[in-house]
Amino acid sequence: MMTSLEHPGYPQDGLLRLEEKLLCRESQVSLLLSLFGEPHQYSYPSIFIYGHTTTGKTYVMQTVLAELELPHALVSCVECFTSRMLFEHILNKLQSYVTSSEISQSLYISCDSFSDFVRLFKQLISHQDLKNQTVYIVLDKAEQLREMEANLLPGFLRLQEMTDANVTVIFLTEIVWEKLHPNMGCFEPLILYFPDYSKVELQKILSHDHPSEYSAEFYAAYINILLGVFYTVCRDLKELKHLAAINFAKFCEPVTKGEATESDTRKLWKNIEPHLKTAMQTVYLREISSSQWEKLQQEDREAGQLKGLSAYAHVELPYYSKFLLIAGYLASYNPARTDRRFFVKHHGKIKKTKFLKKHEKTNNHLLGPKPFPLDRLLAIFYSIVDSRIAPTANIFSQISSLVTLQLLTLVGHDDQLNGPKYKCAVSLDFIRAVARTVSFDLIRYLYDFL
Amino acid sequence: MTTESVSKGCFVFKPSTKKKKMTFTAADYFGEHVKDSKDSKVRFETYQTLWQQMKSEAEKIQEDLNRKVFDSLLEFIRKSHSNLLEKMDEWRHRMRATEIPAAALVLGVNVPDHAMTFQILSEQLRESVTPYVVSLEAKECQGVKHILQKVFGQLLGHSIRLEADDETDVQPHPAELRQKKMLCSLASLADWYTSVKRKTVSVMPGKKRSSPTAGHLQTPPVVIIFKDLESFHAKVLQDFIVICSQYVNQLPFTLIFGIATSSMTIHKTLPHSVSSLLCIELFQSVSCTEHLAAVIDKLVLTHSFPFRLNGKMLQVLITVFLYHDFSVRNFIKGLQLCIVEHFYSQPLSILCCSLDEAENRTKNLTHEKCEMIRQLPSFMRYVENQEPEKQVELLTSDTFLKKEIKTLLRHLHNYHENYIPVLRCLHALTTSLPKFPLGKQIRELHSACLERNVWESEEYTSAFQLLRMMAKDELVAALQKCCDVLKTSRVKQQADTLTKVEEFIDQLQKLDKIVEDETVAQKSLQKKTDLYQLQKTLLEMKDSRKSKKLSKFETLRLEVLDFIDSIVRMHLKPPEVMPLYEVVYFSGASTLRKHLNAAPRIALHTALNNPYYYLENEALKSEAGTISNSAPDICIAYKLHLECGRLINLCDWLEAFATVVAAASGVDPESDLVAGQVDETIHARFIRAVSELEFLGFVKPTKQKTDHVARLTWGGC
Repeated sequence: MMTSLEHPGYPQDGLLRLEEKLLCRESQVSLLLSLFGEPHQYSYPSIFIYGHTTTGKTYVMQTVLAELELPHALVSCVECFTSRMLFEHILNKLQSYVTSSEISQSLYISCDSFSDFVRLFKQLISHQDLKNQTVYIVLDKAEQLREMEANLLPGFLRLQEMTDANVTVIFLTEIVWEKLHPNMGCFEPLILYFPDYSKVELQKILSHDHPSEYSAEFYAAYINILLGVFYTVCRDLKELKHLAAINFAKFCEPVTKGEATESDTRKLWKNIEPHLKTAMQTVYLREISSSQWEKLQQEDREAGQLKGLSAYAHVELPYYSKFLLIAGYLASYNPARTDRRFFVKHHGKIKKTKFLKKHEKTNNHLLGPKPFPLDRLLAIFYSIVDSRIAPTANIFSQISSLVTLQLLTLVGHDDQLNGPKYKCAVSLDFIRAVARTVSFDLIRYLYDFL
Repeated sequence: MTTESVSKGCFVFKPSTKKKKMTFTAADYFGEHVKDSKDSKVRFETYQTLWQQMKSEAEKIQEDLNRKVFDSLLEFIRKSHSNLLEKMDEWRHRMRATEIPAAALVLGVNVPDHAMTFQILSEQLRESVTPYVVSLEAKECQGVKHILQKVFGQLLGHSIRLEADDETDVQPHPAELRQKKMLCSLASLADWYTSVKRKTVSVMPGKKRSSPTAGHLQTPPVVIIFKDLESFHAKVLQDFIVICSQYVNQLPFTLIFGIATSSMTIHKTLPHSVSSLLCIELFQSVSCTEHLAAVIDKLVLTHSFPFRLNGKMLQVLITVFLYHDFSVRNFIKGLQLCIVEHFYSQPLSILCCSLDEAENRTKNLTHEKCEMIRQLPSFMRYVENQEPEKQVELLTSDTFLKKEIKTLLRHLHNYHENYIPVLRCLHALTTSLPKFPLGKQIRELHSACLERNVWESEEYTSAFQLLRMMAKDELVAALQKCCDVLKTSRVKQQADTLTKVEEFIDQLQKLDKIVEDETVAQKSLQKKTDLYQLQKTLLEMKDSRKSKKLSKFETLRLEVLDFIDSIVRMHLKPPEVMPLYEVVYFSGASTLRKHLNAAPRIALHTALNNPYYYLENEALKSEAGTISNSAPDICIAYKLHLECGRLINLCDWLEAFATVVAAASGVDPESDLVAGQVDETIHARFIRAVSELEFLGFVKPTKQKTDHVARLTWGGC
């Protein structure tokens, strides 16, 4: 087969290996290689690569740089959450390329600021081993740079200019350049887009690596079925690969039992299809874990027997906490002006339409919860609880424990003395279930349902 | 030196001449008001031994309850990584995404109990699975940085401890020294882990397996416990998990999420892209109501502890549990408070100990104690029912009284011994009834029995009506349960009951056979007859059933229930009818309620409204509703502010304040006010009072109106 990747600067076998490993990304790789030029040539100062998750950005960069043995430092900006960690990570990665004895291997470079980084970087680069090559710095998950110091992104964009060295910085991210764009005029990087894999490409990549016991065609047929089920909901290559791995044993079952041959596609399809559908509702959503799923397969049980995480939505609360939560919900979703109507006994007849201002006529459940002061919560609480209760510390501590459970949330400042405000953070279904347990007719008290 | 002051400033410390004048121990406080200090000491010691027993019992209960979920959790952690490493063939290993094993531990909303659970969990983990356990709390982890710092601190701190244990005298590993200076990043943690692993592997063959690390695996997982998942910032958690997943091949992480509400929280906090990095398994701990039932079963419904709660106290404790916090720990604390209070306030509680000990102590009772016993209402009632000569003896002779006390104490003891098994029997019979007339939980039945004669209650009669309609197999099953209860009780008197119940069961089962025989006979009859004859026989049978009012089974059933009723009447009397019950029953419900249901608002209101209540200064005594002008400034300001609306005009307030204060000092207030000038000291005092009120949260400055403050409380007077 003729190689489609050709570049004078790099050895032929390396390119061949690249081609083998990087399926369906030939055009991107060749574009990158032509951008890189030969090792000693200066490349473009900064390259910005974006595309969805698992479109092979990181993988392509990693493979290209490793296979062609180019000096590089690949860092994830999530992991290095401070600029200091980022600098030190890069410098120490590059240091490992320097093999000569003058700088001891174990010496850890520490670096605090960008100017230090530039100085140290220049020192390293000037070294014999790195002198005649382009050094690549790859910043993975570059969107995190937005949350770090403001000088980082412009600095890295112009690193070649500042260090006056043969260096290229590559940014990998899922967001477009415009969103990352700093306000000040800065160096415009070269923008590359990695498109999503198409279904055919996914099929090709997934069936590339088949288990040694089975033929490639058999596995390809399996992948075809798998994609047929999952392609509509998931295009994440990693996830698909994972799903393929954990469901393959089930697919092979008729073959290993001798009930069907490898070519008996219809039978195999009938066997696996419902199984994959349940997988979509359980494992894929992480309702049950992959290892539990595999155990289920081995024991040949139905997935219905194992309840997923969502099955345990029920929350038990102390009696008054339930009422406090209900009071919080009412306070969040009813306009304060309507409290009189709901909680005062002889309020007289108040018509809904005349009573309210225009903006209050919209459905409050569509607008979401509104903040309310503590006093209002307690006033509603006392009017919906039948028995008389003293405002003891127990009641107040229940409010704060509801806040720690994230059923209520504290809004704004957390100064407890100065009239704190809360919001109710539970759904209507949840609160209805709670109200049912204390036989409280919630709907009658909600303004939206009048 | 430190001060307790909130404000900053210069503080003078006098050199303390005597470091500690007197150190009070808890025992000394016990005898504070009582002359007889020896006695109080004995009481204190009795309390301590009793409480120690109960505490260890409570701990055992928790351990037992948690065992099941902990065992499975430990098993999960032990296997989580070995599974990943060993079981998979090469292809699968390559294809599968590397997931971080994670356990979602749902613990229920009783947050105060969780600390204990996590402590036990991490101890068990350290003992049997891995030395590397990190527990994180949300309030310490505001960012990824803090999490990493915590992880580093707890892991490296631990490794240093391990090294100190090993008697190898090498100086700290150079790599470790370097890491301390380094920033906390997972890369350096991974380095540390591999170096430690290498070291232990090299040490292992030389050492014997008896070292404490013997139970640990070759590659011990690094367990990170998130104690309160709900309170963690979603972003921080997501970032941390993403970072962990990059290192999971080098560092075998296992996460444990402590969840208070429901497992849905995981889906709420983590998006799919993050939760797909985890391999989550769910573990549900015992619900707190079950835990409480176990605690009540072992600590309250037992005669192994002499101390007992009366109905009201139990009600208070259970109310706090069910209505307020669901916390078993608080329940046990409340129980402890009851015991302390009982031994502290009841001098006769000296007899509240095991029967033998109590008899011993009875001998040494002083005359005053004897008098106290004579004063006890229950004892007086008892005396009244005695013959006149005995009455005189009891009231005059101490020795005779002591003898009587001994027998009465034994009676009381026997009463308790019988009470509990009979209570359980009754519960066993009535739990299967529809609508649970006598309560679903045994504690409800217990408190019903404590309060009055249970057989006089409506619920009891309705329960027995239902029991009278019970089918045979149900009745047999219920009786069988009673048998089991009675077998475990091992009380002499109950042995008779047991044999009786067993007889009943026997008879019922025999009845079974007889009935079967009859039906067989009927069947044989039916075969031969034609339709007409069948109708005739059926009619005959119907008639016979009417005339023969009760079948054998029905009579037997009545007999059984009458028997049960009789033992209930005999043994389930409320404790108040027993003489000397005050010795072991604690009945200060109001004290307990005051201690457990603290009411800060009410206390604050009382303090400000009626300063005499706390200060006990005669000058402050005043009639309700009036402002005593000698009261502290803040009280005057508070009372005046109660009369205002939501917004308070500061100027008016000051004038009213000045009037009240001036009346106290005897100066004619009009002379100042005419000039529109208020004395500067009064002004200053007023400002201080207002700022104190602001600090207490009664008023706050507002921008709605100039020179006004807003009231923050409603209601008032």
